[in-house]
Amino acid sequence: MMLREPAIYERRLLMRKHSFGILEKLWHIPWIFVLMLCGVAAIGYVALYSAGGGTPEAYATKHALRFGFGLVLMLSIALVDIRVIARFAWLGYAAAVVLLVLVLLHGNIGKGAQRWIDIGPVQIQPSELMKIMLVLGLAAWFHRASWERMGNVLFLIPPALMVLLPVGLILKQPNLGTALITGMIGATMFWAAGTRWWKFALLIACVGFVAPIAYEHLHDYQRARITTFLDPESDPLGAGYNIIQSKIALGSGGLWGKGFLQGTQGHLNFLPEKQTDFIFTMVAEEFGLVGALGTLGLLALVIIFAMLTALRCRHQFGRLVALGLGMNYFLYVFVNIAMVTGSIPVGGVPLPLISHGGSAMLTVMLGFGLLGSVYVHRDAEFAAAKE
Amino acid sequence: MSTTRKEEEARRGVFTRRALLLGAGQLAALGFLGWRLHKLQVEEGERYATLAEENRISVRLVAPPRGRVLDREGKVIGGSQLNWRALIVAEDARDVSAVLDTFHRIVPLTDPERARIEREVRRRRRFIPVTVREFLTWEEMARIEMNAPDLPGISVDVGTTREYPEREHMAHIVGYVAPPAEADIGEDPLLELPGIRVGRAGIERFHDKILRGRAGSIRLEVNAVGRVIRELDRREGQPGQDVQISLDAELQRAVRARCEEGTSAVVLDARSGEVLAMATQPSFDPNLFNSGVSSSQWRTWTRNRQTPLINKATNGLYAPGSTFKMVVALAALEARVCTPGERVYCPGHYDLGDTRFHCHSRGGHGNVDMRGAIKYSCDVYFYEMARRIGMDRIAAMGRRLGLGVDLEIELPGTRRGLMPTREWRLAQGKPWNLGDTVVHGIGQGFYQLTPLALTTMTARLATGRAVQPHLTRAIGGKPVRGIRAEDWPSLGIPERDLRLMREAMWAVVNEEGGTARGARLPAGMGQLAGKTGTTQVRRVSREQRERGFRVESMPREWRPHALFVAFAPADNPQFAVMVIVEHGTSGSGAAAPIARDIMIDTINRFRQPVTAPPARMAEAGSPGNPRP
Repeated sequence: MMLREPAIYERRLLMRKHSFGILEKLWHIPWIFVLMLCGVAAIGYVALYSAGGGTPEAYATKHALRFGFGLVLMLSIALVDIRVIARFAWLGYAAAVVLLVLVLLHGNIGKGAQRWIDIGPVQIQPSELMKIMLVLGLAAWFHRASWERMGNVLFLIPPALMVLLPVGLILKQPNLGTALITGMIGATMFWAAGTRWWKFALLIACVGFVAPIAYEHLHDYQRARITTFLDPESDPLGAGYNIIQSKIALGSGGLWGKGFLQGTQGHLNFLPEKQTDFIFTMVAEEFGLVGALGTLGLLALVIIFAMLTALRCRHQFGRLVALGLGMNYFLYVFVNIAMVTGSIPVGGVPLPLISHGGSAMLTVMLGFGLLGSVYVHRDAEFAAAKE
Repeated sequence: MSTTRKEEEARRGVFTRRALLLGAGQLAALGFLGWRLHKLQVEEGERYATLAEENRISVRLVAPPRGRVLDREGKVIGGSQLNWRALIVAEDARDVSAVLDTFHRIVPLTDPERARIEREVRRRRRFIPVTVREFLTWEEMARIEMNAPDLPGISVDVGTTREYPEREHMAHIVGYVAPPAEADIGEDPLLELPGIRVGRAGIERFHDKILRGRAGSIRLEVNAVGRVIRELDRREGQPGQDVQISLDAELQRAVRARCEEGTSAVVLDARSGEVLAMATQPSFDPNLFNSGVSSSQWRTWTRNRQTPLINKATNGLYAPGSTFKMVVALAALEARVCTPGERVYCPGHYDLGDTRFHCHSRGGHGNVDMRGAIKYSCDVYFYEMARRIGMDRIAAMGRRLGLGVDLEIELPGTRRGLMPTREWRLAQGKPWNLGDTVVHGIGQGFYQLTPLALTTMTARLATGRAVQPHLTRAIGGKPVRGIRAEDWPSLGIPERDLRLMREAMWAVVNEEGGTARGARLPAGMGQLAGKTGTTQVRRVSREQRERGFRVESMPREWRPHALFVAFAPADNPQFAVMVIVEHGTSGSGAAAPIARDIMIDTINRFRQPVTAPPARMAEAGSPGNPRP
C-alpha cells in the first residue's frame, strides 16, 4: 500500500521506513522473544524425552524438528510488512472458513468428532488456524473504527457474524472446547476495540440464560465430562481416570520433583496422553513445584511480551492483532494447566510448544510470526481510514 | 487531519486502559494456577505422594462368561469353547518390547501380530491385559510356562471363544460375534478386556447386552513397581444370561435340506407367532468370524450373487403375486363392494380403457365367485375387485395382516418392506393410475414384501389374531411374552370372512381343479390349506404372448419367482409355512411341493412328544415342553 501524505505525525519514522531492508528488519526482530520461545520449546523437548521413556526417538526429536520448522516460518512471517498482512487478512479469514467447511464434509474422525483434514502429508486442524485468522479478520475490521463508530450497533453486526460463523462450524464438528475458546477470543477483540461496557453486560446476561438450555443439547460425552469434573471419583475407571491420575502425578511431585526420568506415574503409564494434553503433568511430576512455576513463569513472559507489543504499537491493526494473539496463547496455557490440575473440565486442549503435536505448534508459531511482524512494523503508517 | 489524530488518540487511550485490565486479568488467572499448583504439590503433596509411591490402587476387570444361545429344546446353538491364550500386562512387564522379543524366541510372533500388540499396549490403560496370542496349543503353553521367569507380565489364561455347533444352519438367526470396534470401546470398560466379543448380527447382536453380562472388578493395592500388595475389595460382575429361542435345531436342518440355492422358507407356530424354522440358501459358517474373516473369504461371500450373508427370509424383498389375493378378497368384503356369491365373468382378459390385462388362464375361467377365484387363482376377478375398492383400502388390509409394517422381530436389520399406496407414489412425484390399482389387485407391481411378512399374513389369516413373529422364548430361564395364542389381539375381521378364505385355501390344495393339488398331505396328517403365487421378474410383452412364449426358454434369472403360503391342519391351524423359490418359474410346481414336505416335517417333529429336556435346561427352570 502506497503512503498517502496526511495522517503522519512522526515524519522521522517515515523516513526510516523507506530504508527498511531485510537486514535492518532482521535487526528489529524481537530476539529476546525468540529466545523465550526457544526456552519453552526446550522445556517441551526435555519433557517429551522423558515421556518417550528416556529416549529422543519417540517424541522429542520430532518436536525439535517441528519447532525448527516453526521458527523459520515465524521469522519469515515477521519480515512481511504488516500492511500487506492487513490487506490480505480477509483472504486468510475466508480460507480458514472454507477449510472448516471442508473438514465437516471430508474430515477424519478423531475421538468422535471431525477435526482433522489431510492436505498431502500434513494433517491440519482448521479450528486452530481459524482462531488466528479470526484475530486477523476482526483486527482488519476494527482498524477502521473510531471510538464514536464503535458505539454504533450496526457497525458491530458484521464482526459479530464473523465470530458466530466459525463458532457454529466448530460446534458442529462437534468440538465444544475449541468453540468456546474461539468465542472468547472474539469477545476479547470486541472489547479491546472499544465496544461499550453495557453491551458486554447484556451479552453475559444472555449467555447465563442460554447456558442451561445449551446443556440439554450437549452430547453425552460432553455432559459426562462436566459430571465427572464435579465428582471425578464417581467413575474412576472411565472419564474420571484422567483427572485423578493427573492430580496424583502432579501432587506426588512435591516441591522439588522426583527428578528427571524418575516420575513413576508417567513412566508406569498411569498417566494417559502424557505426551500431548497432559505433558505439563510430566514436567510438574519430575521437576516439582519449582519446575512447574518456572515453566508457568516463562509462559507468562511470552504472554506479557504480546501485551507489551500491543501497548507499544502505533496502529490499531497491530494493537488488536498482538492482543488477540496474546489472548490465544494465554487461553491455551490457562485451559490446559487448569485442566491438568483438575480446576476445569477436561477439554482436550494441548499446551503448544511443549505438547507433542504438529498442528497446534505450527499454528501457534504462525501466530507468533504475525506478532513478530507487528513488533517489527510497530511504527508503520497506515493510510487514513477510508470513509 | 486533527480530528483523525484526536480520534486515534481517543481509541488508543481506550485500548490501553482495556489492554492493561485484560493483562491484569490474565496475570491473576495465571496466579490462580500457581496457587493451585502450590496447593496440590505442597499442601496436599504428602497425600498424593502416598497415593503414587506406595498405595497405588490398581483396578482389574473380571470378564463375565458370555451367555449361551439355546434352541427351543435347550440345545446349545451359540456357546463358548475354551481358548488358551497368552496375555501381557504392560504394568507388570515394564519393558514390553524386550518381553515380546523373549516371547518371540519361544513362540514366534508375526510382524503384524507384534504391531497389533504394541498398538494395543499403547492405547489401553496399563493394568488392562492385552492378548499376545490366542488359541495356544498344549506344547506352546508348556514352553511359555517353562520360561515364565524370563517373561514378566506374561500370563497364560483360559478364555473363551464362540462356537456355533449348527454352523451354517442357524447362521442368519444366531448371528455371530466379533471383537469390538474402537468406536464401541468407551461405552463399557468391559469391552477393553482381551478376547471380549460383541454380537454383530442376529440374536447375538439383538440380545448382546443380556448375553454379555456386566464386568466385575477387583481393586488391588500395588506398590511403586506394580507388585500386588493385597486385594482391597471385589465387585462381582454379572455373568451373561442364556437366551433361548423358539427355533428347533432339528426342524431347521430338515427344512434347510429341502431348500435349494435361492430358496428361503419360514415356519411359524401360527398361534403363538414363534418362529420354528427360518431357512435361507445359501448360508455361511459363523464360526469363521471368531478369529477374524480372511479377506479372500469375505470376497467370496460378498461377490456371490446369491448373497450368503443376507437372510432372505427377513431381508429379501419380493412381490407377493397371487398369495396376496386373500388380502384383496378380505378388503372387498369389508368394503362391501361384493358378496361372496357374486360371480364375475372371466374371458381370459380384462379391459380397462385401451389396456388389456391378461388372466394366467388364456381361455378364461368363465363365471367365478370369490371361492372359485381363489381356488383357480383367477386374475380377472381380482382385477375387478381391486378396481372397485381402490389401492388405499387394499394397502390398509395388507398392513393389518402384517405386510409392509415393522414386525419387531429380534433380528437387527430386518426390512419392513413396502406396501404401496397412492400417497407413496405421489411422494415419488408420479401419478397413481387406475391401471396400477388393477395390477396390484393380483399382487404384482410395487410391492416389496419379505417372506417373513407373508408367513405372518398366513398365520393371521389362519388364526384371525394379530400374531407377531418372534424368536425369544426365555431369557436366563424365564419365559417371555407372547407364548400363548390368547395374548394376541383380534384382527377385527369377521370370522365368517376369514372362514371363507380358509375354505378357499383348503380348496386350492384339496379340491379337483385347485392350483396346488400336488401339495396334499398324506392321510392321517390333517389337511393343508394354501395359496400359490408366481411373480414376474420381467414383463411379458404382447408380442411374446402372441408368439406363445415359454418360460422355460428364458434365462434363469428372468424366470418368475415361485411362492407358496400354507397352514395346517386346515380345520385347526397350528403351523404357517411360506416358501419362495427365486426364479422357480411356478408357485404350484416349485414352491408348493417344498412347502408340503416342510409341513410334513413340522407335523412329524411336533406330533410325537420330544424327548425329555436336557438336564441343564431343567435346572435353568425354563419351559421344558417344546410343543408349541
